Amino acid sequence: MLLLVKYTLIYAVVFMLVALGGMFSERSGIINIALEGIMVIGALGGVIALGLMPAGASPVMLVIVSILVSALAGMIYSLLLAFACINLKADQTIGGTALNMLATALGIVIARGYNNATIAKIDYNNKPFLFDVGGLTLNVFLVIGVVLLALSIVALYRTKFGLRLMACGEHPQAADSVGINVYKMRYAGVMLSGILGGIGGFAYIIPPVSSWNFEVGVSGAGFLALAVMIFGQWKPARIALAAIFFAVFKTMANIADSIDVLAALGWSRNIYSMMPFIASMIVLAFTSKKSRAPKAEGIPYDKGQR
Amino acid sequence: MDEYVIEMLNITKEFPGIRANDNVTLQLKKGEVHALLGENGAGKSTLMSVLFGLYQPEAGTIKKNGQVVEIKNPNDANALNIGMVHQHFKLVEIFSVLDNIILGVEPNQAGFLRKKEAREKVLRLSEQYGLKVDPDAKIEDISVGMQQRTEILKMLYRDNEILIFDEPTAVLTPQEIDELMQIMRELKAEGKSILFITHKLNEIMAVADRCTVLRKGKCIGTVDIANSTKEELSRMMVGRDVNFAVDKTPATPGDVVLEVQNVTVPSTLHKNNAVKDVSFQVRAGEIVCLAGIEGNGQTEFVYALTGLTKQSAGTFHLCGKDITNAPIRQRSKDGMSHIPEDRHKHGLVLDYTLEQNLVLQRYWQPQFQHGGFINFGAVRTYACGLIDQYDIRSGQGPTTIARSMSGGNQQKAIIAREIDKKPELLVAVQPTRGLDVGAIEYIHKQLVAQRDAGKAVLLVSLELDEVMNVSDRILVMYEGEIVGEFDPKQTTVQELGLYMAGAKRKEAGQ
Amino acid sequence: MNTQKNKRDLLQSDGTVTILSSLICIVIGLLVGLVVLFIINPEHALVDGFLRIIKGGFNDFPYGVGKVLANTAPLIMTGLSVAFAFKTGLFNIGVAGQYTLGAFGALFFAIALKMPWYVCLLAATLFGAVWGAIPGLFKAYLNVNEVITAIMFNWIGLYAVNEIMYGGGKGVMYDSKTTKTYSLRLNFEEAVIPDFGLADLFQLKSVTIAIFLAILVAILIYVVLDKTTFGYELKACGHNREAARYAGINAKRNIILSMTIAGALAGFGAGLFYLSGVAEWIPQNSTALPAMGWNGIPAALLAASNPIGTIFASLFISHITIGGTTLPTKYFTKEIADVITSITIYLCAFSLLFKHWLHALFAKRKAAKAGGASAVGKEAED
Repeated sequence: MLLLVKYTLIYAVVFMLVALGGMFSERSGIINIALEGIMVIGALGGVIALGLMPAGASPVMLVIVSILVSALAGMIYSLLLAFACINLKADQTIGGTALNMLATALGIVIARGYNNATIAKIDYNNKPFLFDVGGLTLNVFLVIGVVLLALSIVALYRTKFGLRLMACGEHPQAADSVGINVYKMRYAGVMLSGILGGIGGFAYIIPPVSSWNFEVGVSGAGFLALAVMIFGQWKPARIALAAIFFAVFKTMANIADSIDVLAALGWSRNIYSMMPFIASMIVLAFTSKKSRAPKAEGIPYDKGQR
Repeated sequence: MDEYVIEMLNITKEFPGIRANDNVTLQLKKGEVHALLGENGAGKSTLMSVLFGLYQPEAGTIKKNGQVVEIKNPNDANALNIGMVHQHFKLVEIFSVLDNIILGVEPNQAGFLRKKEAREKVLRLSEQYGLKVDPDAKIEDISVGMQQRTEILKMLYRDNEILIFDEPTAVLTPQEIDELMQIMRELKAEGKSILFITHKLNEIMAVADRCTVLRKGKCIGTVDIANSTKEELSRMMVGRDVNFAVDKTPATPGDVVLEVQNVTVPSTLHKNNAVKDVSFQVRAGEIVCLAGIEGNGQTEFVYALTGLTKQSAGTFHLCGKDITNAPIRQRSKDGMSHIPEDRHKHGLVLDYTLEQNLVLQRYWQPQFQHGGFINFGAVRTYACGLIDQYDIRSGQGPTTIARSMSGGNQQKAIIAREIDKKPELLVAVQPTRGLDVGAIEYIHKQLVAQRDAGKAVLLVSLELDEVMNVSDRILVMYEGEIVGEFDPKQTTVQELGLYMAGAKRKEAGQ
Repeated sequence: MNTQKNKRDLLQSDGTVTILSSLICIVIGLLVGLVVLFIINPEHALVDGFLRIIKGGFNDFPYGVGKVLANTAPLIMTGLSVAFAFKTGLFNIGVAGQYTLGAFGALFFAIALKMPWYVCLLAATLFGAVWGAIPGLFKAYLNVNEVITAIMFNWIGLYAVNEIMYGGGKGVMYDSKTTKTYSLRLNFEEAVIPDFGLADLFQLKSVTIAIFLAILVAILIYVVLDKTTFGYELKACGHNREAARYAGINAKRNIILSMTIAGALAGFGAGLFYLSGVAEWIPQNSTALPAMGWNGIPAALLAASNPIGTIFASLFISHITIGGTTLPTKYFTKEIADVITSITIYLCAFSLLFKHWLHALFAKRKAAKAGGASAVGKEAED
């Protein structure tokens, strides 16, 4: 049972962070299907930062620097999406897909370059990130996740920035007419999604294992986060709840064989792996009619056409 | 000469292919209501967008109180105390009235919103100018009139001195228009200077002090309203005497072509029905007009009639045949043609060529295909025939991409296609929207020609002039119901207005 | 008025501009690849790196070329799958899942039912079609974005196929000795697509008539899209769904049909690949979706969704991918080719922009020649 709680918390934080990232991007009007790729790049950046730091560095330093690097890596990568979609007005879905493919390929090339070998598997020490609370192993990302969730809620609903961001995703012409720079706000939205997606990618691989093979990218976690965002209807608190829901399934897939109760059911991990995807399809089927997606998302904003 | 608060001198603004403003000069005095008059496409909105910083002119200068100023974006305009109510409201629907008002000039402390003072200021302003709004209501839940008041408050909240109104009355009921006129007078009394864009002469006569007329991007002149007449203004606007009346003989209605019985259509916007228990007939050889303010169920009714949406109750019969549940293609085969309200959304596949669009309703007919393979030669010949007959002008003839054609020629293409189908019933929804006077006259003639050829025509229009001049019978629709039937020869615009606004009603079919 | 066909101006024809803009994408993609090679290993970047990628299959003639052809066949199909959906205004990001289901159909009919190759190929097509139809149904009846549905069903399909193929180690198709599905060439020769001597010609077993089948299908799709009323309806739906409905075209039916056909094309591609006799599914290992599914997207984008163009785009992508595999592993990894491909499609995402530039450039040139008297004109396809 502890195992279930432990993994659920790990994945819930990951899905929540990445989905919040997606939310900021879509609230500004840019569909971010590249979350999967951003996660890969963020994870890679964090892991490499971890490996490159001197052996004597304090655990706190290790944690802070590597997380910052993962955020930075994700943000820089997301700039590619922002540039293509905002400045060049490219199709957002296609641009995102291209970045997902690029991330996997880049991930492998860089991981191998880093290893100086033909394998793309990187080993790392995840001990500094973990701490025990009454027999339950938790990780720093849980704390970071809760803080970032609170910050996201405040930023979106209580600040000038949030009001302007939402205006750009709903009615960019209106925002423009009151002097808001739509391009700048959309850049901000996409970059936030890069930061959160990058940290999320790092949080996905660090706590559960101490080595990661970048040939599998992040095996669909980014797409799952996209579903979490839709399930959460682009609202931070709801996204947090949706993330927990999805994390339970993901966890069951991971530990199906090691928990007696679940093993007795005789379901393989494939079945559990499928479940969150099936669940989101069911939810989508029932909620699509009253979905409140940002109105202007997916539509490039052209200053000339108003 | 510092009596002018704003001067736009010799403004020229070009877009690819057209010169929207050609050496235009406009001078606004402090504390006056200055009308800007012109047809659709005359360049009024472009000129105001230049003043508001949305476009940069190629030539010309703008002066505020005699000083040359540069307006690069709406922020600059705002800093000069210039505000604008756009034709299509710039309001975020999921936001509250208050949030929309403060957007862009949010009172904040280190980035955190401080809405309390803002709310007080909004309430004070709404009291002062009689602009009733609920600051906490969401835009999507309030009436169009209240949305417009929100837009006005947006300007007042920013302490704007120069207020631009871009076609503000198009979406209002006659009563709301009166209220707006009153508000404008009050604003003027408080010392605000108002620029009022319109093509409606009555409104200018009612509220404006002076009027500048634009035609095809050029400035025709500025006149004092006190020394001018409607006729003079309209001559300046169009460049010749306009014969508003359409030449036509009295109608000789024949058999019933369209029979509508007790039709109810649910709304997609709210829980109520958009069309409520509507019944009427259209006969061969008459033009029946469905008149009303925008959003009173006309669109939904036409969608149901043409099969684009489903009605929840009632029946349609076309030439005696029940088409209540017939698919769109079947209705078309049975003799219904439809000139749609929105030619870009429904009427044309903009990325198809002109010839592909001209066969949009009949590509499947044996004439144009054989065993599922398109007969390109036949399509070309047919398209060229229509292009000649209806004088559809375009860059590359039949192979022109529809998107690159002018609005008037796009509309001509649709009309050619729909009329050439030889329909029994022609449904024409706002067929002249956004067109210039020449195109409007042409289209009116085509409608009358169809009537004279013994076809039934159902015209849906928002323009009262069109309603009065073209139709043989008028049905007024208000909140989804038909509230009156009129003979255009025995009614007045004023009387229709009362019915359109819901102030009066009588049973249909007198 | 203008009844005469305009004189074709080669430089300004839309087709030429499209091809040019795709070439620009490729060239920039290759240049970025070159830069990456230089960063990794400047000493060997040019001869051992870049030139090998450029030479592609010709590094190891003839079987290198054979590899390119064998790889191109399924790629044309997945490319067509994406291109066909694009023409109907849909983005088929679900090729990977449809391809997975197609692989399952082909292998199930080959191994479990011992069917000949053409039946297996048909089964692959059918399975792919079903998986493609699902996003179509969701879109048509529930208004769920096809991209989201397709992404979800990619993963559902992958896990489902793995589950059935593996069957807890006891699946009928699972060979526990190799931890893959049973080899068709060793056990089910009937199910392997014939090669008519091509394999000997290229000294490579995986070269079959698949490439010709794929080209044939591409031509078929071209005819359907450009010459038939069905194609006219599909494209009308793609450009403007509401206008298509207005014209009495059943938009819902067309969405479903289009996605079904797209899925069928992807499934057919999987059939071509897995019935070549040298490819097996690894159910235990497959935690990622087959790359062939994703690569259809660049193939389609590079071809600007033109079915015939897809053939050439696929040949190019296969060419540099195979070139990537010939890189000496002590200096470089083969994924460099993937980097080039993905940079190329990232650029393709805004190829429209290149097109505008090119049009503007040509218009300017022409105007300069004609003394500024000429108007900008586009030649439409007829």
